[in-house]
Amino acid sequence: MLKKLNESGMKAWLYLLPAILFLGVFMVYPLIDVFIYSFEEGYNSASQTFFGVGLYNYDYVLHDPYFLQALKNTFILVIITVPLSTTIALLISVGLSSIEKVRDWFQTIYFLPYVTNTLAVGLVFMILFKKTAYSDGLINMFIRWFGGNSVDFIDGPYWAKMFVLCLYTIWVVMPFKILILTSALASVNQDYYNAARVDGTSRFRIFRRITLPMISPMIFYLIITGFIGAFKAYSDAVALFGTNLNAAEMNTIVGYVYDMLYGDSGGYPSFASAAAIILFTIVLTITCINLLISKKKVHY
Amino acid sequence: MEVILQNLTKKFPNRDKKKKGDVIAVDHFDIEIPDGKLVALLGPSGCGKSTMLNLISGLLKPTEGKIFFGEDDVTELPPENRCIGLVFQNYALYPHLTVKQNITFPLENLKGKDKLTKEEMNERALQAAKLVQLDGLMERKPAELSGGQQQRVAVARAIVKMPRVLLLDEPLSNLDARLRLQTREEIRRIQRETGITTIFVTHDQEEAMSISDMIIVMKDGALHQVGKPQEVYDDPSDLFVAKFLGTPPINVFDAQVRDGKLYIGGDAVLEVPGVEDWPVYAAIRPEGFIPDENGRFSCKLSGVEVMGRDYSVLSTNSACHSNPVRAIISTDHKVDIEKEVVKFSLKPHKVHLFHKETEERIRF
Repeated sequence: MLKKLNESGMKAWLYLLPAILFLGVFMVYPLIDVFIYSFEEGYNSASQTFFGVGLYNYDYVLHDPYFLQALKNTFILVIITVPLSTTIALLISVGLSSIEKVRDWFQTIYFLPYVTNTLAVGLVFMILFKKTAYSDGLINMFIRWFGGNSVDFIDGPYWAKMFVLCLYTIWVVMPFKILILTSALASVNQDYYNAARVDGTSRFRIFRRITLPMISPMIFYLIITGFIGAFKAYSDAVALFGTNLNAAEMNTIVGYVYDMLYGDSGGYPSFASAAAIILFTIVLTITCINLLISKKKVHY
Repeated sequence: MEVILQNLTKKFPNRDKKKKGDVIAVDHFDIEIPDGKLVALLGPSGCGKSTMLNLISGLLKPTEGKIFFGEDDVTELPPENRCIGLVFQNYALYPHLTVKQNITFPLENLKGKDKLTKEEMNERALQAAKLVQLDGLMERKPAELSGGQQQRVAVARAIVKMPRVLLLDEPLSNLDARLRLQTREEIRRIQRETGITTIFVTHDQEEAMSISDMIIVMKDGALHQVGKPQEVYDDPSDLFVAKFLGTPPINVFDAQVRDGKLYIGGDAVLEVPGVEDWPVYAAIRPEGFIPDENGRFSCKLSGVEVMGRDYSVLSTNSACHSNPVRAIISTDHKVDIEKEVVKFSLKPHKVHLFHKETEERIRF
């Protein structure tokens, strides 16, 4: 029987079936469903009813100040954290691969944030940055030491909160990037460096002309996943500013979607779907742009 | 440029920490490589020949000893200041750069008074490419080239700076058999045209013998013999060199010298006047046998391989280390393959005797 199946290419489909079923039920179907909801006005998931079909949901979401705030926050977060975290991770990885003695030790330290719970890390950041009636927080202590005025990073001005959020995000995503980049650096054949050394290439030129192009596929991978991850940021903001993100002006697009579904203003699946589709479109566009650029810059 | 190695030694710390002492990769090497010659560094794998090349290139620092390029002591110089060209075994071409960019890469590093303009660089790159006959492929990426072409790019990149010494690490090992023949002629030609002192590492004795002006035979980090290929082949200084050079390999027998005669098994096969009575190794080149009805060396015939130009007579002898005994006979001689025993007389200059313990040559 298997032989017969194989003749029509069915055997391959048979093997793929579990994955297709799973992805179909839990990924493709919901995606289509969300797309449909986003065009149905006032959809009610309990009664399965809606008023009409149109672009009303998009119109509402795009004029909702909370959404616009979330959009702005997300974009700032993406534009600041992705390039910064990738660059810093690259510098640290290059540093790590050029030392030998305590490399393992450092690698462990740099990897710790990755295995630490997000909320626990958030708590640590709170302790560092939060101003309470009893203490100013560690960072403010330093600021005052150097003669500055203390700032409330958690409940204070917008820029201070955004600074903490970006710092937190960079710190959390760094270990994975360092891990990927150190192994990418280690896999570059030593002969390339020897060849360059024999030809008297300066260190900076070796880095720019050999190391970077050699690991460019990995850097590109990190940038794409970094963009996607940062666009989907949510838990980081919650860990720092609590669940009422709209009040803190620190909401993200995913946070907005969540609030629309379950939050205080919850019960609006149509608006949530429209916001989700907008996010999807943004991520898709950015990823396509990334792919186009990578064709010129990435050497496989 | 003359290359002189004085008492050159390289020790590596032992990886296995339970074992004391260092691994000696190059052991007190003394040698003078004359200017403008093509020299082969020959030895079995793991004998330290690549280490030696890395010492000359400066990628490794010697534990002891000195390296001179002509009058200059370069022992302490880093590789970039030694003015050498190095071709890696896997070529190490930058895969993201075109052939032209690969060849100009070393030129772009030049600083100060040596700095070249773009036109000069292109000019030099084109010259180098022409020398290795690659001038039509300048815009290709290495992945779009065949193995032989990649190798030539690597050579062009190494000679574009006009190095004082050109070093090649197993230059032919990644090529197929036909390309290997072609490429080794190519290396010979390029070396002749440029006149750069060239040292190449190989474990293939045929490769070394065929193109080099001089071969350096080494084993376990130690120098065994230096000389012109034919001289080393004809006059090996010890058993290792005799066994390592020549295809098919030399036939080695347990033998005995008594009263100026060489005995293999029970047969007194050769007069060896002036040699003291010793148990010895007798090594006979395959071309040293002449089939002779009245010959004094008899073996059990086991087969004949016809090559056309000549043929190999295979036979067994209980004293031989690696049976069958292989004798290459010109087609002028006839061997009766019906017979069980074949008899040879020996060409004395193709028979070498070695001391049983020291394995050193006993001359007669």
